[in-house]
Amino acid sequence: MAVNYSAKEEADGHPSGGVGVPGGGAGGGGGGAGKTRKPDNTAFKQQRLPAWQPILTAGTVLPAFFIIGLIFIPIGIGIFVTSNNIREYEIDYTGTEPSSPCNKCLNVSWDSTPPCTCTINFTLEHSFESNVFMYYGLSNFYQNHRRYVKSRDDSQLNGDNSSLHNPSKECEPYRTNEDKPIAPCGAIANSMFNDTLELYRIDNDTRTPITLIKKGIAWWTDKNVKFRNPTGDGNNLTALFQGTTKPINWPKPVYMLDSEPDNNGFINEDFIVWMRTAALPTFRKLYRLIERKNNLQPTLQAGKYSLDIAYNYPVHSFDGRKRMILSTISWMGGKNPFLGIAYITVGSICFFLGVVLLIIHHKYGNRNTSADIPN
Amino acid sequence: MERCAARRAPEEERRVRANAREYNEKFQYASNCIKTSKYNIVTFLPVNLFEQFQEVANTYFLFLLILQLIPQISSLSWFTTIVPLVLVLTITAVKDATDDYFRHKSDNQVNNRQSQVLISGVLRQEQWMNVRVGDIIKLENNQFVAADLLLLSSSEPHGLCYIETAELDGETNMKVRQAIPVTSELGDTNKLARFDGEVICEPPNNKLDKFGGTLYWKENKYPLNNQNMLLRGCVLRNTEWCFGLVIFAGPDTKLMQNSGRTKFKRTSIDRLMNTLVLWIFGFLVCMGVILAIGNAIWEHEVGVCFQIYLPWDEGVHSAFFSGFLSFWSYIIILNTVVPISLYVSVEVIRLGHSYFINWDKKMYCAKRRTPAEARTTTLNEELGQVEYIFSDKTGTLTQNIMVFSKCSVNGHSYGDLQDVLGHKAELGERPEPVDFSFNPLADPRFQFWDPSLLEAVKLGDPHVHEFFRLLSLCHTVMSEEKSEGELYYKAQSPDEGALVTAARNFGFVFRSRTPKTITVHELGRAITYELLAILDFNNIRKRMSVIVRSPEGKIRLYCKGADTILLERLHPINQDLTNVTTDHLNEYAGEGLRTLVLAYKDLEESYYEDWSERLHRAGGAPEAREDRLARLYDEVEHDMMLLGATAIEDKLQQGVPETIAILTLANIKIWVLTGDKQETAVNIGYSCKMLTDDMTEVFVVTGHTVLEVREELRKAREKMMDASRSMGNGFSYQEKLSSSKLTSVLEAIAGEYALVINGHSLAHALEADMEVEFLETACACKAVICCRVTPLQKAQVVELVKKYKKAVTLAIGDGANDVSMIKTAHIGVGISGQEGIQAVLASDYSFSQFKFLQRLLLVHGRWSYLRMCKFLCYFFYKNFAFTMVHFWFGFFCGFSAQTVYDQYFITLYNIVYTSLPVLAMGVFDQDVPEQRSMEYPKLYEPGQLNLLFNKREFFICIAQGIYTSVLMFFIPYGVFADATRDDGAQLADYQSFAVTVATSLVIVVSVQIGLDTGFWTAINHFFIWGSLAAYFAILFAMHSDGLFQMFPNQFRFVGNAQNTLAQPTVWLTIALTTVVCIMPVVAFRFLKLDLKPELSDTVRYTQLVRKKQKTQHRCMRRVGRVGSRRSGYAFSHQEGFGELIMSGKNMRLSSLALSSFAARPSAGWIETLRKKKGSDGSTAGSPSGAADKTLKV
Repeated sequence: MAVNYSAKEEADGHPSGGVGVPGGGAGGGGGGAGKTRKPDNTAFKQQRLPAWQPILTAGTVLPAFFIIGLIFIPIGIGIFVTSNNIREYEIDYTGTEPSSPCNKCLNVSWDSTPPCTCTINFTLEHSFESNVFMYYGLSNFYQNHRRYVKSRDDSQLNGDNSSLHNPSKECEPYRTNEDKPIAPCGAIANSMFNDTLELYRIDNDTRTPITLIKKGIAWWTDKNVKFRNPTGDGNNLTALFQGTTKPINWPKPVYMLDSEPDNNGFINEDFIVWMRTAALPTFRKLYRLIERKNNLQPTLQAGKYSLDIAYNYPVHSFDGRKRMILSTISWMGGKNPFLGIAYITVGSICFFLGVVLLIIHHKYGNRNTSADIPN
Repeated sequence: MERCAARRAPEEERRVRANAREYNEKFQYASNCIKTSKYNIVTFLPVNLFEQFQEVANTYFLFLLILQLIPQISSLSWFTTIVPLVLVLTITAVKDATDDYFRHKSDNQVNNRQSQVLISGVLRQEQWMNVRVGDIIKLENNQFVAADLLLLSSSEPHGLCYIETAELDGETNMKVRQAIPVTSELGDTNKLARFDGEVICEPPNNKLDKFGGTLYWKENKYPLNNQNMLLRGCVLRNTEWCFGLVIFAGPDTKLMQNSGRTKFKRTSIDRLMNTLVLWIFGFLVCMGVILAIGNAIWEHEVGVCFQIYLPWDEGVHSAFFSGFLSFWSYIIILNTVVPISLYVSVEVIRLGHSYFINWDKKMYCAKRRTPAEARTTTLNEELGQVEYIFSDKTGTLTQNIMVFSKCSVNGHSYGDLQDVLGHKAELGERPEPVDFSFNPLADPRFQFWDPSLLEAVKLGDPHVHEFFRLLSLCHTVMSEEKSEGELYYKAQSPDEGALVTAARNFGFVFRSRTPKTITVHELGRAITYELLAILDFNNIRKRMSVIVRSPEGKIRLYCKGADTILLERLHPINQDLTNVTTDHLNEYAGEGLRTLVLAYKDLEESYYEDWSERLHRAGGAPEAREDRLARLYDEVEHDMMLLGATAIEDKLQQGVPETIAILTLANIKIWVLTGDKQETAVNIGYSCKMLTDDMTEVFVVTGHTVLEVREELRKAREKMMDASRSMGNGFSYQEKLSSSKLTSVLEAIAGEYALVINGHSLAHALEADMEVEFLETACACKAVICCRVTPLQKAQVVELVKKYKKAVTLAIGDGANDVSMIKTAHIGVGISGQEGIQAVLASDYSFSQFKFLQRLLLVHGRWSYLRMCKFLCYFFYKNFAFTMVHFWFGFFCGFSAQTVYDQYFITLYNIVYTSLPVLAMGVFDQDVPEQRSMEYPKLYEPGQLNLLFNKREFFICIAQGIYTSVLMFFIPYGVFADATRDDGAQLADYQSFAVTVATSLVIVVSVQIGLDTGFWTAINHFFIWGSLAAYFAILFAMHSDGLFQMFPNQFRFVGNAQNTLAQPTVWLTIALTTVVCIMPVVAFRFLKLDLKPELSDTVRYTQLVRKKQKTQHRCMRRVGRVGSRRSGYAFSHQEGFGELIMSGKNMRLSSLALSSFAARPSAGWIETLRKKKGSDGSTAGSPSGAADKTLKV
């Protein structure tokens, strides 16, 4: 038979144990003198730690259901009402329908000059009282595709000079063009939305342009931390971007995105907004702000408006859609019917479930559990 | 360790020349340095890594890692896999390194032990590791033998020496070794230094009981065998010194050759887990295929057109190939359904449980100072599923301590406990034991409770005197008197020891013996009897006698033996006394005592002379010596006068009946497998309440042939079925009979039965064509006792149950003969402290008392099982909830294998955010307190039925996980689709979405673990709240400006946490997700608890309701048995010392007056002993070697 040998066991043997003593001999004095092997009597080692032992009893579960129901339903109603009070107006200007003014631009290409323009007239039935946010929306556009998402160099966008001239491999195939590094590199930057939208109010056939504010549309951290222009001698962006080339699809280089220096280059807010990729293939991105001028007038009165579009961005080839959305917001953001309805539904279900459980408990419940335990 | 030489090619034979190091070095034999450690500092890293990558899981993760390095496939950064992998490898490596460090330490300790080596004529202290083959070393009393030695000479006459082989084979009885005559004279170092014999012998092997070789010395050849060898691991006893020649050293010694790794045991949960992991892997591949097909379709329909913004990767020219790559990408991101941390966590939990077992104060035996020990850390949860326990008897159920408990002398019974009024006292209120202070030679450890026996001695009752005189004369005990009055008895069997000790205390002190005399102090007076003959015990005779001549010259035969044998050999005039004594015997047997009948007979001088003459002739006869001796013995042991009877209590271990009762209530079946005789085994069965008189019937199978056994088993089955038919459930019986096999009918047997089967019958019953029949019969019985079984049969029985019953088996034993059974059973438990450490070494758990078994199973086992099951359920749940979100997201991201979460979240989810709470639950959870597990043994049943974690439970967990993942994705999706932030910016950007989903996931799984945790200790609180806090802390740290500025490409989520988590919408989403994920679970659990509570729920509830109330104690009263007669008898020891005593071989020269008696050929008695043993063994049908044959008492 095999002996599971370990030198330790041999060493720990009991060389002095009594043998053959009448009555078997307890042999007590044999081995382990010295260090006592008795386990410590601590709550931890003896598994006697004080503990809270919660049990799902009717007394705790049923009230929980009712309370959740009673909390969720009002919240849901609140959200629902808030969401309903939000004004939102949406125009699809893709131009797939032949009747659409933008139909002519449907097959536009990136480098068409001059840009194809179209105008869409629309009427707001209700006035927009508070600040209005202007979005562009894209559908069937996979900003969340893995290859798309990773195709950027945040180091370059953060103003790192070495990355500027030697962008990350992740940017392939938009890393270099004609042996010059692309700034900003990658597929995201390359596909930046470049339609220009202008809004006019039509008042008795006069078109009054509505001021669209283009700053303040990006996250503060993005504008001030994540995105930085390259640094170097002076503030001349043209010089700083020396040695790089523009993304293939862009008509002009990155340092010519805007005339204002604090909105140009990598810190151009339109660019930053685009670079914050969307989670889902249908998304909207903030384009412009329309601020309320004074307290006497709504930001956008009910009435006729026209939207002038410089149609540069082709989406037809992949069945994409383009939209322009005007919306006001509340404490919880834009229109969001789902959340309110979900809260009301879940609250009601909880309440209902509470009632059902209460009935079941009273009818069939094992209330006399303590009486006898089978053994 | 470089000191230990590397292995060489296997040798054909071994040549060793004494005192010739140069000569022996030619052969490059292994040195005596042992090495059990595996690594050294240089080799540790490569060797350990190589070993670790042999594990499938590790290799799998390495494979994933390589996949991730391919840019077209990589859907995750390399560190999401490498961080957990490195963590796992590191933990394992640290554990291995610690183990190895201790092995190094113990190796060093053993290697550096000192021994005396004879080098160029001088004895020198050397370390063990420097001992070479061919060296002569000197051993002293109580020293460990350093290597396998050829015994050359010893301090004892005839080159005898005594060794204890407990370390080697677990037997504590001493064994005798003898040097061959030519070398036994080499007593001093000068002679030994000139010894230049050469040994040619077998190559190293692992056979402990065999050795073959030849000694060539002075042109003579001397055969060597195992009797001349001292093996490493033995301890020298009762021998002042001895010299030995090193034959095998270090790794070549038999001990080391035997040190094979034990078979790696796996638990059923392990196996289930592996199956499930395979299923999950299949599931993973399926999902990969679905998503890959989706990808191919998407690329074909949409991706092709979308190329203006997102061209295909280099080298990807078709949608199909893109789909293929996406398959691998998805395999990478979905691999978290089977996280590597699963295996590590399981190990950690088991380790924790093992420590709890080691730490358990209630399993610590104060007397032996041994705590319980979990020797393997991989089997804990299986302790909660045991259905069959196979127990050894001696040393396991019983203490192997024999106590002289009662006796009947001349028709008067002594030994009942009596209170002051002389009534039989109840147990528990013990009066003072009898005071033996009048006797200076009394053994202080002996206790007796009935003073009337001592009074009878003092009053000079001749029967009582003769009774004790017999006990002091008729035995083969050896005495040793270290100093005046300090007597030690060396008895071959504890029964004898107990009897002689009893006689000693009652004033008949066996003092010393020579081959021809026995000196007894009778009530202070030294009397020397002349010992004329010892008619030794054997299994057939079942009795032993001595013939002595008293100082007055009277020749008397004293005999003790089994009642069945002896009562037939009494003189007819004893009839009346026999009747009374028989009643007493029945009474004793009823109490489970082992009985012996004592008788004597006066012999005429002339008759004796004649008989002795014939005996002498018979002893010298070349053939049929045994038979002739037996006939002569038979002749003289006749017409004897009855003296009385003794009753010895084979002391049960503490708490054995209670433990068995509780384990039986827990639906565990207990089978006793013992090498003992049927009577003893049945007696013990009764005394530990396995068998009771309430039982409908106890079947005894003793057939010697296949047919008999089959017939007996068939009868037993028929009886059981008849009974169940007559019990009135005939209808259901009929139905069952028609619908299913006979076997299932037996499962539903009414009434309690027990089966006793002995070794011969078992051999037949275990044959292939009968084993099922046997098993079904045995399993229908409440108790099964197999007696006279060999170690191999023990293993076979366990194997049989394992094979057909699909139940978890546990074997418990303490001796070397239990090793095979311990290794075969799912769980092996060794009783430490009795018969050496052999069983303990082979076992998975060890402790020193049988009663701890109930705690091990009902408390530790149950909890381990519960915890492991809860852990696994939760673990699979949380990983499915986590991973499946990627699957749903795949439908919205062009099946591009884009992850939903930040890569750091994926890396840390399993190792930081969710690991500790579930570990804490896995280690600390308790459903009911430990006392309740004992009070309600039925709580153990879910484990046996495997209810808490099985395929069904697994699917429920998976379903819950998938349900959670669906909500986890679609609720944020619904909320985010068109929503914007409260500052007008887009809400549904990828990063915000990721943070929202991750946060709600962490919160949901934390709430879920909170629900699962039934026992919230401070540690659980700390881990659960700590994990949540850690999540948010790490989240904010990862998204901080500082890290981003250092590594802009690695921490792209800069500013995300504060931006996203500042949104009320996000929190509303998280709250909604949590409630929707958790509420159904709560409702479902509440309903289950309310309508169909488990026993444990009920117990918990009761506890809550009546916290103060004490539940009734189930106390096991010891009920004295009355009624059925079972004759038990002692004398279970092997024969052996009788002949040794008469030959005078073992007498020290000092203790002998003069060695005047003629010595027989030196090795003679050992040879005969061996022969006898061999023949005994073959009649008993034992197939195993002589080492196994030593019967245990």
